[in-house]
Amino acid sequence: MAEIKTIRKWFWVWDFEKEERWLNDMAESGWALVSVGFCRYSFERCEPGEYIVRLEAHGFDEGYVSFMEDTGAEFVGRYFKWIYFRRKSELGPFDIFSDIDSKIEHLKGIARMIAIIGGANLVIGVGNARYSPANLLCATLLMYGLGRIHEKIEQLKRERELHE
Amino acid sequence: MYENTALTEAIYYILLSLLRPNHGYGIMQSAEELSHGRVRLAAGTLYGALNSLCDKGWIVQLPVDPQSRRKEYEITERGRKVLMSELDRLRELVRNGEMMTGAAEADGEEGGRNDG
Repeated sequence: MAEIKTIRKWFWVWDFEKEERWLNDMAESGWALVSVGFCRYSFERCEPGEYIVRLEAHGFDEGYVSFMEDTGAEFVGRYFKWIYFRRKSELGPFDIFSDIDSKIEHLKGIARMIAIIGGANLVIGVGNARYSPANLLCATLLMYGLGRIHEKIEQLKRERELHE
Repeated sequence: MYENTALTEAIYYILLSLLRPNHGYGIMQSAEELSHGRVRLAAGTLYGALNSLCDKGWIVQLPVDPQSRRKEYEITERGRKVLMSELDRLRELVRNGEMMTGAAEADGEEGGRNDG
């Protein structure tokens, strides 16, 4: 059986680019992502640099997964709103988004997701304030994350003023 | 988006690639070939664009061929009109660009002479 290694690791939602970089560093050192779960990543042995790994926040959409597969990408797994793909690097560069507009749309989707969960925590937190500050702390943290995502959106918008 | 505004490069190449029926991966390859490797449409961007183009009625999804199971698309009459008016706009851009840079070079030479 193929050698499998599982690593437990935590990334904040707004650090998804960092997560992607780490997954590609793993592939670069000969470990290709095979499955994902809550703070859990499993890897199998591969040739160093054999795969490029990409992740994306995308609602449940079977049509999308088969569309990606038609372009040579392999579906690795799904966790919550996140989908993970990998593609052999011999097929050429692999990206999910190729223009600023679609990158902004992707970030806006993530921002909506954080805002909903943050808002829910805020409402529950206010109701619970007497008993526990946990939800309020969570809401504060998510609002910080929302700020980080908006920063990225603003940066892309400034870029878009000059080119697409 | 109003139909007389500029198309993005992705949309322009998608419409060009759909003058004949084509599927997603075919569109990516065709855009890359036409632009000699410069334009690489990423799958996520393409997927979103195909959905919005269908919503706008500029392209249609053809009945799925059970053998290939790949979804194919084709440009509509409306999409063709949008593409033709974009072509006019691009011609105007090129015409003006050539005219003005030609004029700018001539100005530059004159300026040079005045300085000398």
